[in-house]
Amino acid sequence: MNRLFNNKHFLGMLFMLPAGVLLLVFLTYPLGLGTWLGFTDAKIGRAGHWIGLDNFQYLVGDSVARLALFNTLFYTVVASALKFALGLWLALLLNRRLPFKSFFRAVILLPFIVPTALSAIAFWWMYDAQFSVLSWALERMGLIHTYIDFLGDPWNARFSTIAANVWRGVPFVAICLLAGLQTISPSLYEAAALDGATPWQRFRHVTLPLLTPIIAVVMTFSVLFTFTDFQLIYVITRGGPLNATHLMATLSFQRAIPGGSLGEGAALATLMIPFLLSAILFSYFGLQRRKWQQGGRD
Amino acid sequence: MASVHIRNVHKHFGGTHVIRGVDIDIADGEFAVLVGPSGCGKSTLLRMVAGLEEISGGEIAIGGKVVNDTPPKERDIAMVFQNYALYPHMKVRDNMAFSLMLAKRPRSEIDERVNRAATILGLGDLLERYPRQLSGGQRQRVAMGRAIVRDPQVFLFDEPLSNLDAKLRVAMRTEIKELHQRLKTTSEYVTHDQIEAMTMADQIVVMRDGIVEQRGRPLELYDHPANLFVAGFIGSPAMNFLPATIRRGSNGARVEVAGGVTVPLPRDAAGEDGQKVIFGMRPEHLALAADGQGLAAQVVVVEPTGADTQVFAKIGGTEVTAVFRERHEFRAGEAIRLVPDHERTHLFDAESGKSLRH
Repeated sequence: MNRLFNNKHFLGMLFMLPAGVLLLVFLTYPLGLGTWLGFTDAKIGRAGHWIGLDNFQYLVGDSVARLALFNTLFYTVVASALKFALGLWLALLLNRRLPFKSFFRAVILLPFIVPTALSAIAFWWMYDAQFSVLSWALERMGLIHTYIDFLGDPWNARFSTIAANVWRGVPFVAICLLAGLQTISPSLYEAAALDGATPWQRFRHVTLPLLTPIIAVVMTFSVLFTFTDFQLIYVITRGGPLNATHLMATLSFQRAIPGGSLGEGAALATLMIPFLLSAILFSYFGLQRRKWQQGGRD
Repeated sequence: MASVHIRNVHKHFGGTHVIRGVDIDIADGEFAVLVGPSGCGKSTLLRMVAGLEEISGGEIAIGGKVVNDTPPKERDIAMVFQNYALYPHMKVRDNMAFSLMLAKRPRSEIDERVNRAATILGLGDLLERYPRQLSGGQRQRVAMGRAIVRDPQVFLFDEPLSNLDAKLRVAMRTEIKELHQRLKTTSEYVTHDQIEAMTMADQIVVMRDGIVEQRGRPLELYDHPANLFVAGFIGSPAMNFLPATIRRGSNGARVEVAGGVTVPLPRDAAGEDGQKVIFGMRPEHLALAADGQGLAAQVVVVEPTGADTQVFAKIGGTEVTAVFRERHEFRAGEAIRLVPDHERTHLFDAESGKSLRH
């Protein structure tokens, strides 16, 4: 017994046990249950029976589900690209010597701090067909003559929800990239300036390559969060109009809880897993630590 | 190659006046070393020559052309940074080629110049490595390689050896000097280490609090320091200072130190009878004297280094250091007598600290 407790491997296993149990109970079980439900015809109030791939077959043929997949991909790609561009731009601005720097850095975080439901309600109000402050302001400026139907037209609704998502997600990207920028030694920029680099070349050859590792991590998280977004859509559009803004997460909830088809909803949610996994794998293999970051000798 | 002229240059950081009217001339091909304690403004001055700091007043000319408003990349200078500032994501080869690549030189010329610099510095085997994979000394060499490749008018060195261990520092010191003898590029080198300054420089500029205390050839500064600060800064171990009074009498000029003992002065010593002075003697110019001669001292600590013997002793209440080529075995507390080499002693005005010879 005593020998066992002196064994490094046994002790390691023992100490990891609580964490392992926690993971198993609170992570693996729900995930497993959700996946299993996807292979059953469970409805609310009725235990399901194994039906194999029926749910998935049905969903592949379902035009709404296919639309939700398109919406999700479009939403993720456009919003992530915008978040990256704006976030990087903000981070570069905040990394300069400007007055009230710490004030601006704090203000930047505000959208991130506000509860999503609350900011979603604010956006809902700003996008309202009759009371939109945006339409009002644009009309007063003489730029438009009729109020914009932000949430009534499919493409307007898509871009409106993307705008709300970008507004919410930019601070996270900006602050993380700012942290990355601050790890770059100023003397590298000085050396580059002496080497004859223009500001753009300094960005292209010094800033960007040194920031890549951070960008990879931040954008992976950003893509995961965006792909699985639920709250914003559910509060602002509930998936409408004409399912134009339904994401896989919202549609899955819609089918499972209000619609009662637990099995079908679960199957739809399960379909998100391959996309998320491939995003993670892309970031893991494609953007993993570069050789120059690894210490030691070759 | 070019000369560098710094004329009445000032620098303000907000309300602080860090460079207060500096004049330095560096001739074409000269190796000038700016030396001084930290915070004296030497690095700031170097960065102003590089164009990394704005010039608040005065002018800096490189090769006869005033460069106050010229951006760094057009000054045709290369700089070696204290932390080397190698691009961590580029291989050694690319680090060295970066400036040539930006200048859009043909590939063949870039390769040739990088390889030549690598040969000069013995970096041939390291070209495909990343900076992370190099030791401190190797990184230092790559930083110099990056400067050499450009074949600039002026090399600027900002404390390039201070991150290396003592042994490597001595080796690199020699290497840099050798390199300069070979390339003969005008160089401006900043350090806080007076030994580096003494061993490497054609011209030393001693700075303190934003002004130049003295500039000249290394041995000139050693033999004729203009003031107490330079006298104490140049030379290791530092010069000994004793408060004293000048006595001019029938038997020539002498100086009276605490305790009433008098020591003869050099023939050309200035100063009036009764003037309060600081009497300076270098540790290596002290010798043991017979009883009744020289200054009475009491041994505190003896440090044999093998090559010489350093003796810390007290004359009156003042601690002095003496260095002997011979080996002596003293005990702590032992009374000895020290006599300075009269022709090589120094006198400074007690109030202004200025040398009485200049």
